[in-house]
Amino acid sequence: MLARVQLPPAAKRGEVIEVRITIQHPMETGFRYELGGKPIPKNVINRLVARYNGAEIFSAEMGSGIAANPYLSFFTVADASGEFLFEWVDDEGNRGEEHATLTVVA
Amino acid sequence: MKTPARRRFVALLAGLAAVPLLPFRAARAQADPFTALLKQVTGGATVRPGRVIVDTPRLADNGHSVPLTVSVESPMTAADHVRSITLLSERNPRPVMATFYLGPKSGRAQVTTRVRLNGSQRVRAVAQLSDGSWWSGDAEVEVTESACLDAS
Amino acid sequence: MSAALLLAVASAASAAEPRKPSPLKSGIEFTGESARSLQSDDFANPGMLWVARGERLWNESAGRGGKSCAGCHGDAAGSMKGVAARYPKVDPGAARLIDLEGRINLCRERSQQAAPLAHESDALLALTAYVAHQSRGMPLAVTVDWQNRADFERGRELYHRRIGQMNLACTHCHDRNWGRNLGPETISQGHGNAFPAYRLEWQSIGSLQRRIRACYYGLRAEMPSYGAKDLLDLELYLAWRAGGLPVETPGVRR
Repeated sequence: MLARVQLPPAAKRGEVIEVRITIQHPMETGFRYELGGKPIPKNVINRLVARYNGAEIFSAEMGSGIAANPYLSFFTVADASGEFLFEWVDDEGNRGEEHATLTVVA
Repeated sequence: MKTPARRRFVALLAGLAAVPLLPFRAARAQADPFTALLKQVTGGATVRPGRVIVDTPRLADNGHSVPLTVSVESPMTAADHVRSITLLSERNPRPVMATFYLGPKSGRAQVTTRVRLNGSQRVRAVAQLSDGSWWSGDAEVEVTESACLDAS
Repeated sequence: MSAALLLAVASAASAAEPRKPSPLKSGIEFTGESARSLQSDDFANPGMLWVARGERLWNESAGRGGKSCAGCHGDAAGSMKGVAARYPKVDPGAARLIDLEGRINLCRERSQQAAPLAHESDALLALTAYVAHQSRGMPLAVTVDWQNRADFERGRELYHRRIGQMNLACTHCHDRNWGRNLGPETISQGHGNAFPAYRLEWQSIGSLQRRIRACYYGLRAEMPSYGAKDLLDLELYLAWRAGGLPVETPGVRR
């Protein structure tokens, strides 16, 4: 699943930074129909977890009320340079992940 | 009608008018969809309006994608922070839209996303703090193009 | 009587002159606040997901040739700059009018020995959006000359032809009534400079042909098939009509 992550290029230790992620996914509601009347089954990203240097900093449980190609922005305290790991799964069991690096200066 | 019969008839009408309307009022109060939803989310705990701000456009361009920012006043320290924020819809077929889990590492209790709204309605965000208390904030959105049940 | 004749000739002559709306305004000016903010935020703009995918596809090898777009064209930011602003145009090899999607598929067939990508497929939308994005900010500038004059005149005629149960032509909304409200929407001038665009209604990015087909649907007219000559001719007329407006791909619209 294609995803894009945005972190600031660098941060000062202790600075509160914005983390943004957007994922290409139809977030199919289950209320739509194909031509011919066949219902399209529900399939949404139902869980997303964000980790920063291994510690969970944010997670989301989502439903069909979240718009297609979901977008999330949240905040975290930049304490050390390191890796961000984002993992998510949809109703069909498809998993996605994305990495990003943050440089933290004193 | 003879006069005494008419008097009795009028008295009967007056008597009926005095019947208390309490059952009907109670039914209307329970019609607020958020009441049952909040119970589902908080397990019956008291939810106090305040500290939670829901920022959405007053008029949505399209119900399929409505930007929404929810923020909660909180120092976000280990001792005092927001644990979770749940987004509730008044009119969507699935009223619990999302739950976000935060913590002391968050720094700021603010989440932005894009939601689907099935028609004009209120959106309510309910936040649980680290001390176990629950707070809520509402926003009202006009939606001319509905999402969810419009199969076009 | 001669005065009436002169008047008739004069009005016939002005009907023959192709007209552009004045002042020329992109669809971004008629769309809502959140669509505008989304378009101006390169991260939040959902169309950029397809541009990102297009960048990956640009660098992937395809077909029997095993070549990637990058193999011939190098860095798209350089080689594709200005390209989208000149489409639709006549491809000399194919000797027919093609749009950007058509050109990408011709490249796949000729140079990569790969099967053409299906209309409105994720891959074709991604590549088209990626290529068009390299011209973002540049003014649309199609050439109408002896090669495509007939196509242009057909496009103009189609633009002014009443269709569907509504019995309306493009011109009725997009020339005579732009800026007015139709239901919850404000009618735009009908330009394609932001396409492929992410339409909130579609919950996806989509081509200009898809948008034109949606207009046919709105007028309760039979929609031309993807790739139909009618759609190509209309695209040419629209591109001429929007001349000077900047490419905005990927645009965000309602």
